[in-house]
Amino acid sequence: MTLYLLLAVALLIIGLHGLFVCAQLMRKILALNVLTTAVFLLLVVLAQAAEVLDPVPHAMVLTGIVVTVSTTAVALGLMVRLLERRGGPVSGRDRDSRNS
Amino acid sequence: MGAPGLAFDGILGAALLWTAWQAIHAAGLFRAVVSFMVFGLLMALAWVRLEAPDIALAEAAIGAGITGALLLSALGRLDWEAGRATDECLRGRDRAFWVPTGLLLLAGLGGAAWLLPAPGLGEPVAAELGRSGVENPVTAVLLNFRAWDTLLEIAILLLGVVALWSLGPTPWPSSPELVSPALPMLGRVLFPAFVLVSAYLLWRGSHAPGGAFPAGAVMGAGGVLMLMAGARPWLSGDVHGPWRWALALGMVAMLGVAFAVMTGGHGFFEYPVELAGRLILLLELAAGLSIALLLFALYLGGEPPADWETRRPA
Amino acid sequence: MSLTGVIGGILTVGGVLFLLLGTLGLLRFPDVYTRLHAQPKADNIGLGMICLGLGVYSGSLSLTLKLLLVWLLMLVATAVGAGLIARAALRRGIRPWGL
Repeated sequence: MTLYLLLAVALLIIGLHGLFVCAQLMRKILALNVLTTAVFLLLVVLAQAAEVLDPVPHAMVLTGIVVTVSTTAVALGLMVRLLERRGGPVSGRDRDSRNS
Repeated sequence: MGAPGLAFDGILGAALLWTAWQAIHAAGLFRAVVSFMVFGLLMALAWVRLEAPDIALAEAAIGAGITGALLLSALGRLDWEAGRATDECLRGRDRAFWVPTGLLLLAGLGGAAWLLPAPGLGEPVAAELGRSGVENPVTAVLLNFRAWDTLLEIAILLLGVVALWSLGPTPWPSSPELVSPALPMLGRVLFPAFVLVSAYLLWRGSHAPGGAFPAGAVMGAGGVLMLMAGARPWLSGDVHGPWRWALALGMVAMLGVAFAVMTGGHGFFEYPVELAGRLILLLELAAGLSIALLLFALYLGGEPPADWETRRPA
Repeated sequence: MSLTGVIGGILTVGGVLFLLLGTLGLLRFPDVYTRLHAQPKADNIGLGMICLGLGVYSGSLSLTLKLLLVWLLMLVATAVGAGLIARAALRRGIRPWGL
């Protein structure tokens, strides 16, 4: 189980790092998804440490996955609109990422 | 666990780390998105290893299925060249910040995991399971002990759909860009399987891993596949159409049950013991259907057209 | 070890070998079409053998049938997926290797 705990922390760092370092919005959204997965992993691993398997974190993660997909969908919807408005009808260039 | 199990976990962990890194830093957004989908699938395996089959089912259908479809659709709307532009991340420049921060996070979380009392709700849940009306502890927590969480979660899904509909009509083209005779065939062949698997998962939820969430996720993914295969949903964005009612079904049913038991002198979501099993089944049915439709609506990314037939591909 | 265990083990290992060969083709073949030629076919056989092997190993008929159903669904999905990838590649103007 220590292995999965380490994995969760490593994924957390990768996600957080990507969220701050990447300028492209799509990559930020992907990083956010990796970050939430890491948090879910942490919850489930801690739940497994108990003597009797604790179902409450499992239920929380299950709701969390569905909430994550809804936030991802809203974020992507906003991103597509934003890039279309910025770049005109043809291209959707992410200008922020070019300036940085 | 044994040596083979440990070796498997090691390989799985390394693959997860690699795909997670690729999902964020791969050259080209298409690669990044595909890496993320692989990451989701591998994550489902990890959930099975962690004895969380409920989560594995939901992750495989949502993490790799619906999220992947969403990401690819969004990518299709972006400029292909911009997606292929070279690495725009600032990685490697501020190693002096990230290495210590990572180690600090590692130490902090490790310490927290070490010091915190192990979550010990397993025993109370097991003790009360007999009175919950179902045999699967995860379903009991989701729809009985902490039904409040599930209500709010469905509310978030509904809120997401409302937010997307307020942005205007759906941005995805309504017909597949690539005409293939195999795709409509796939939709026709697989749709009964999707319905069957969802019904099976829903029925299984009361006594084994399964339930409204995986069932709704599989059904929603099936709907997305049908749409990609060129099918036209009978649901439309018409103000008086059935879309809005169907989307709100789960929320309405949960609130209705919660208030109905209150009139019987119980607390909010405090089911009478003898009715609990049936009430949970009712809620699972409503929540499963509603989650499937909400996920489908989220995939659309905007208000569906009032009439699918007249809409030409963008 | 029982007979079902031995047969199941042999089938599973054989399936893994097929998967390995398919992956080798994916890594070594020069373009998308030849890779499509190698991988889906080898994967189909490999997965079928693994499903059958696990079913025999478990010794339960209902589990075997469920695993074979999984295989059947994967057959359909792989065939359509491979066809779509090839069509997309043709449409983007990727010339087959050697032509």
